[in-house]
Amino acid sequence: MSTSLIDADSVLAIDIGSITTRVALFDVVDGRYRFLASGNAPTTINAPFNDISEGLRSALDKLQTVTGRGLIGPDERLIIPSAPDGTGVDLVAATISAGEPLKVIVMGLLEDVSVESARNLAGTTYTRVVDTFSLTDRRKTEERLDTILRLRPDLILVAGGTDGGASQSVLKQLEATGLAAYLMPESQRPDILFMGNQDLRDEVKATFEKLAPIHLAGNVRPSLEHEQLEAAQSQLARITRQVRSRQIPGVKELDVWAGGGLLPTQAGFGRIVRFLSKVYGATKGVLGIDVGASATGIAAAFEGELSSRVFPNLGLGAPAREFLETGPIDAITRWLHVDVHPDDVRQYLHNKSLYPASIPVSPEDLAIEQALARQSMRIALQKTMSSFPEKTLRYGAEVTPWFEPILAMGSVMTGAPNLAQAAMMLLDGLQPTGVTTLVLDKNHIAPALGAIAAVNPLLVVQVLESNTFLTLGTVISPVGDARPGTPILRIRLAYEGGGETTVDIKQGSLEVLQLPLGKAAQLHLQPLHRTDVGMGGPGRGGKLRIVGGMLGIIVDGRGRPLQLPSDPARRQEMLNKWRWMLSC
Amino acid sequence: MLASVVHILPLTKIRRERVLPVPGKVQVRRGQKVSANDVVAEAKVHPEHLLLNIARGLGLSEDEADKYLQCKAGMQVAQGDVLAGPIGFTKRVVRTPKNGRVIVAGGGQVLLEMDTPPLEVKAGMPGIVSSLIEERGAVIEAVGALIQGVWGNGAIDFGLMNNQLQSPDDEITPDHLDVSQRGSIILGGYCGNGEVLKAAAGLPLRGLILSSMDAALLPLTGRMRLPVMVIDGFGRRSLNSAAYQLLTTNDRREVALNAQRWDPERGNRPEIVIPLPVTVEPDLPPDTDTYSTGQQVRVVSAPYAGILGKIVSVLPGMTTLPSGVNAPAAEIQLENGEKAALPLANLEILE
Repeated sequence: MSTSLIDADSVLAIDIGSITTRVALFDVVDGRYRFLASGNAPTTINAPFNDISEGLRSALDKLQTVTGRGLIGPDERLIIPSAPDGTGVDLVAATISAGEPLKVIVMGLLEDVSVESARNLAGTTYTRVVDTFSLTDRRKTEERLDTILRLRPDLILVAGGTDGGASQSVLKQLEATGLAAYLMPESQRPDILFMGNQDLRDEVKATFEKLAPIHLAGNVRPSLEHEQLEAAQSQLARITRQVRSRQIPGVKELDVWAGGGLLPTQAGFGRIVRFLSKVYGATKGVLGIDVGASATGIAAAFEGELSSRVFPNLGLGAPAREFLETGPIDAITRWLHVDVHPDDVRQYLHNKSLYPASIPVSPEDLAIEQALARQSMRIALQKTMSSFPEKTLRYGAEVTPWFEPILAMGSVMTGAPNLAQAAMMLLDGLQPTGVTTLVLDKNHIAPALGAIAAVNPLLVVQVLESNTFLTLGTVISPVGDARPGTPILRIRLAYEGGGETTVDIKQGSLEVLQLPLGKAAQLHLQPLHRTDVGMGGPGRGGKLRIVGGMLGIIVDGRGRPLQLPSDPARRQEMLNKWRWMLSC
Repeated sequence: MLASVVHILPLTKIRRERVLPVPGKVQVRRGQKVSANDVVAEAKVHPEHLLLNIARGLGLSEDEADKYLQCKAGMQVAQGDVLAGPIGFTKRVVRTPKNGRVIVAGGGQVLLEMDTPPLEVKAGMPGIVSSLIEERGAVIEAVGALIQGVWGNGAIDFGLMNNQLQSPDDEITPDHLDVSQRGSIILGGYCGNGEVLKAAAGLPLRGLILSSMDAALLPLTGRMRLPVMVIDGFGRRSLNSAAYQLLTTNDRREVALNAQRWDPERGNRPEIVIPLPVTVEPDLPPDTDTYSTGQQVRVVSAPYAGILGKIVSVLPGMTTLPSGVNAPAAEIQLENGEKAALPLANLEILE
């Protein structure tokens, strides 16, 4: 008889997305935590409900139906803790990405020092920086005052001054903020997060505590060379929770259910990515990508050090039209394997913004959405790479560092007609290098697991071990500068059940090697022409044990960065060939 | 599944909250009859301020300068009024350069709020003020035809509607506009030519109702002062048959065109109200519903965008669409005779 080392706590995970509200139930089965079931319903943040509770209730109803377990009591409240009759749950973990991004004004001294750090902090969650005040800003105090009154930010991030450094110039920056807070109706005053010169904490607190909600955090730029976001990041998550609770009916109650631990979805996602990087403990990083309706989020962790960014302009729902501001339309249309006129793509993006929940019915519309997903991943990764630690291992500055694994979520991938299409989006969008594993979070539970990690890390470990995430397959992407058609990699695959296969991979090719789901094999890699597979340098190979995923082993020899033919017809032909190779 | 609802109704009661984004002054009273352009409430949303350094102006320390202040918080001042001084042999003073109100006076400084035009919230449709919302605005009620759209440029007006459509898929061109239409609201079709918008502003028209528009014209439309409303979406789309029928049969009637932006959070959509006299007041239309057999729906995205249909049945479970995506769907009998399984997320119930 097995003895459980864990308390039999059932856990309800809730994620309020901008389009969909998802709930998932975890409980102990045979002495180990398991993901049991999930339910979802449209989010009801907008009119006529204007309250997330309605959608949450519908999602819980579905979960009750699926599991046969009562979760809502006769008093219409969640049963918590669980009752002896098996109804209810013991613990709730909740995350939220729904709601307009917080409007943020960033304040600092030097553009490329404190202002940049404050901007980096803002980028870690669902915010839009609507203005920036710095020493180089020539606006007078009254102009800054009018700007704050006009923009009505939810939050002002104040950085500047190294510890023991500049003080008067920081206080001068705050003048307009003080006046604005004084002039605004109390209910509309922005929260202020001071994270500059720590010598000024008391003075700033005394000045603002009667004017506006003031929060203090450690200096995000304690020295000119060093950025330190972690302390401010947890404060920012707390402020976001408070602002959301004020702005969105139902959030306050949800936070109470979660024991005051409601997290922004990206914060939960970041936590699980960091957790995985600690679990894997390898020299490679762990990459997480969430292509959502309201934003694209990216989290990369290297030996526990997290780089996390949210891009509210790269959401596939309401923000879809904003893709047009990120670059030329060709950046999107280059990924289309079917004929769609660029003008039609423009109109599609605007219509998608009007109806963010609409679903692509035709293959052409699906191709546009998947092209957007690729482009959102490209932009998000490129903009985040600069924040990766210097020690990050990679082939070159222009290519994606070595990661293992890559965890992906977002309806565009989990709802794709087949898993190969999800894999193809990841290969094109992230362009992984070396040997990695593509993992798909089909049930969108990663953020909730991140939220649970703080209160029940054992659950997270056991749920991860239970194959809740779907392994798409192992990806091998050699990097080098060989000419197309040149052999770049010799692969010998020795199956643990017996038998082996040897193949030579040529530059420019995309191939799939069969390895049935769950079957193990020894993978021997021998790079040719000094290509690099992340095993110690160009030309260096090695062996490793791999287990088959849903799609086997994908060998992506198309080169990094991936160069698409400039001729549209030739490009489409290539894209279709690659799709065929992967059975998309 | 909760459904999204759009109103295209020949006769209904309409109730709209018209409120300021910040506290301000309500300009109407309960029971008052208002027209679309009447101001319901106003507030200073974007005030301009001026911070005057009195101490420097008088050549004194901050504490010393405060002794010579001749104004205090809340005081209205006119251009040239003395704020502080006189001092010294030359009787030095600090005057206000503009009309405004003193917000703060002290610490060697005076903060003035300049007189700027207030933000006005208009009634948006002719009707009766049914209730007031303290410091924010009012609730307006009206009876008439209601046609909601998907995009508006934020402007509001009221005028005689002039139909330029021969069929729902017509395109409006500059030739459709001439001086005889000055001051009217034009019902056009698809607009793909910026010259139409320039001509509309030049006449000027009082408004432009479009079935659809090239999204490339958005920047131009956004700058226009006359209201422009799009009913069915971006790209070339025919006017949906319900709106076509309703609008063309009300040609030469006065209509209120409230081309407000679609705000899903507040439930505000751009809309046309055609006031109609009634003896028995109709009910308010429902704002929520669930999908069920027999409902009339509008398809919101390709390949049947803008086409109306009836739900034959809500399909159980998930349905595989031509794109390969699985989604909850309904079988729709479309008005063009076709039958299609379409995702519920792409349907709006016509109420």
